[in-house]
Amino acid sequence: MLAYWRRIKIENEMLYLFLNNRVAQVAAVIAILSVFGALFAPIIAPTDPYDLASFDILDSFLPPAWVDQGDPRFLIGTDDQGRDLLSSIMYGTRLSLLVGLSSVAFAAVLGTSLGLAAGYIGGRFDAAVMRIADVQLSLPAILTALLVDGVARGILPREQHEDLLLVVLTVAIGLSLWVNFARTARASTFVERNKEYVQAAEIMGLHPVRIMAVAILPNILGPLMVIGTIDLAVAILLEATLSFLGVGVPPNQPSLGTLIRIGTEYIFSGEWWIVIFPSMTLIIMIVSVNILGDFFRTVLNPRLR
Amino acid sequence: MGSLLNVSDLTVRFPTRFGEFTAIEGINLSLEPGEIHGLVGESGAGKSTIGAAIIGLIQAPGYIAQGRVELHGKDLRALTQAEYHKLRGAKISMIFQDPQTSLNPLLTIEDQLVETIRQHSDVSYNEARKQSISLLKETGIQDAAARMDEYPHQFSGGMRQRVVIALALCTNPDLIIADEPTTALDVAIQKQILALIRQLARDRGVGFVLITHDIGVIAEITDSVSVLRGGKLMEEGATQQVLGAPDHDYTKALMAAVPRLDEKLERFANIMSEAPTLSTPELAWRVQGASDQFASDWLLRGERPDAHDGPVLSVRNLDVTFYSSRPFSWGKKNGFTALDNISLDVQPGQVLGVIGESGSGKSTLAKAIVGLLRPTAGEILFNGSPLPLGRDRARAHPVRRKIQMVFQDPYSSLNNRRKIEDIIGEPIRFFGLADSAAQRRRIVASVLELVEMPQRAMLKFPHQFSGGQRQRIAVARALVARPEFLICDEPTSALDVSIQAQILNLLKDLQARFGLSILFISHNLAVVRQMSDHVVVLKRGQLVESSAAESFFANPTHDYSKLLLNDTPSLELIAS
Repeated sequence: MLAYWRRIKIENEMLYLFLNNRVAQVAAVIAILSVFGALFAPIIAPTDPYDLASFDILDSFLPPAWVDQGDPRFLIGTDDQGRDLLSSIMYGTRLSLLVGLSSVAFAAVLGTSLGLAAGYIGGRFDAAVMRIADVQLSLPAILTALLVDGVARGILPREQHEDLLLVVLTVAIGLSLWVNFARTARASTFVERNKEYVQAAEIMGLHPVRIMAVAILPNILGPLMVIGTIDLAVAILLEATLSFLGVGVPPNQPSLGTLIRIGTEYIFSGEWWIVIFPSMTLIIMIVSVNILGDFFRTVLNPRLR
Repeated sequence: MGSLLNVSDLTVRFPTRFGEFTAIEGINLSLEPGEIHGLVGESGAGKSTIGAAIIGLIQAPGYIAQGRVELHGKDLRALTQAEYHKLRGAKISMIFQDPQTSLNPLLTIEDQLVETIRQHSDVSYNEARKQSISLLKETGIQDAAARMDEYPHQFSGGMRQRVVIALALCTNPDLIIADEPTTALDVAIQKQILALIRQLARDRGVGFVLITHDIGVIAEITDSVSVLRGGKLMEEGATQQVLGAPDHDYTKALMAAVPRLDEKLERFANIMSEAPTLSTPELAWRVQGASDQFASDWLLRGERPDAHDGPVLSVRNLDVTFYSSRPFSWGKKNGFTALDNISLDVQPGQVLGVIGESGSGKSTLAKAIVGLLRPTAGEILFNGSPLPLGRDRARAHPVRRKIQMVFQDPYSSLNNRRKIEDIIGEPIRFFGLADSAAQRRRIVASVLELVEMPQRAMLKFPHQFSGGQRQRIAVARALVARPEFLICDEPTSALDVSIQAQILNLLKDLQARFGLSILFISHNLAVVRQMSDHVVVLKRGQLVESSAAESFFANPTHDYSKLLLNDTPSLELIAS
């Protein structure tokens, strides 16, 4: 087993570089901790912020436990409704990560398939897709998200609104992110399309869809993975921004963005902890995910090493 | 002991994550002024590392572990980085392989030459400019004064290499290291550049270390030669003696693997097997019922070509013109004629060699036949019936199975993300040649054995194999479709000579065994000679000669063919 590990440690390039990159290791640990905390929030969080019976308005605005008047029950204090901030952050991270991952997945599927097809087929289809992408790119991401959100709020009946909110957020954020995937997929496909293994498949007469999916796609996954990690951070940030503006998740479901929004209202009256801790969580999580994305990029592109 | 350069017991090591890698070990080399010393060896032999060690530019983290490098009796290893920097250019210069990338595309020739001269000597701009012009003249550039203002892209490949040589001569060096100086050039240009190097060595007394993989080049201009393998010196001595009467087994094997221009051999004998001795478990892994014989039977069981007299493939008056996109739709169409009125026939069971330099339209011809691009005019007949051209050829057209292709670059012709089993299995699956997955597996394993690969190879990915092994896999992929006609587009030009000899042997064996008709495309006349029954020569899209191989190599009729044959460096020169 030990010998196997020793051999793998040297032969697997990514693992080797990871074991020699302290910054990436720290980032990975933080990212894993956030995911762990978010996944198991119902088990490890001290209280449940969704359970109205579990908090008391009398506990509101309690500072962190180590400050004067702090309550040892609430390690980093409570918010305006008396909810435990630590639990809220854990549940909030859970929601932020969920929205982030699903919208990146949505953007990745949409963008990659469009970009791959545009790069492979070329011609007018390519031109059409890329002009749409250009239009998309000229709209700030936040505007796209606001637009989808607004349209969905207008169309959907009010009672369904709450249920479909996550889907709306996913689509809204995903739509503003797919261009990155499409452009990268298209550029890589241009390179791969002229390689001889693709020609070999074409000579045989394989169906273009099979050539794209089986031959080309696995060869362009590397750069897409990098885009995926970096966009995950962007998606989480967008979700927080939307929630901060009040068009994301509803205030009774704490996401990092809503927590920060609530916090800003009290920052001048001295309750700094409500805004500081959710913001710190967001920043640390985004930075670590970004560092991981950067690490992947370095590993997968030998020229950057 | 050479009076110009002395290298003794040179060892270079590269620390890697797999441990220390010894690139070259115990190399000795000596050079007199005006001498051209060749370093020859296959890829990975450490030729370029020797050059880099002499000029002091070993890529980090590599380092010289031991040995001495002396120029004019002065120890170069004792120099500081700053002193070495002064020495480079002033005393030692370098010529690189690719003239496309060794000149700065954004500066004129004048800027580059003048800057280099003034860097090393304290002369005025006008003086430096005068020197540059005379250098360009010396390296054979016509109208040098006028061409000084031009940018590298305005020169042709051969001219650009002359500029690179002029650049190397700027500072009047005593030693020039030429790393594959003619590999990227066509034979006619190669001949001229080699003649220039010879002349410079004679007239200026410059010592050359010429690094190349091509024994023909070594035979043509070097005075002495070192044969390298795996970083070790195999044999060293005067060129005539080393190549004429090789002592070492490796040199003998290397010589045997070089395709000869003067006679056609049945197959290459006495060549090295591809080194790694396979461990027993590697060979013991077998698919139930798979064998060489099974593959052979299975391939022969396929439908035989219809009894059709006459050529398998005929190309009639084929034109291919590429149009560049017009800026306005009413603009005149600008076309580049890649193939112009080409007609040729491939007889059943024969090999037609297609010879041409770069840009002659060889690959365009192959692409037109397989339907990757659409000819502008002409027709292609397969077994007497016309084939739909370009995109008109349906995906299900039976000829897609009957014509298969082996590509030039085995590194890009196999999909790196798929297992060998899937790569070879794809044609079987697609053409529905096997009844079950188990049978497909058995065929894949058998065909691997047929191309002399262990059956276990099917479990691996392409990056785990060397270039030669990859090319065998590519051949296997073409074979499993049970083709009647095979197109080989420069199948060995990316390979070392010993591997090339193995692949050529393999192709010959398969051709004899299965009666394949082959269109064999190559720029290398000697390779075509070994493979072909009939030869056609392409020049800038036109077919200039078509004749039986034997008579072509004995008595070429067209002037261009004569020129090509004459310019190809060959081993016969040693005898003279």
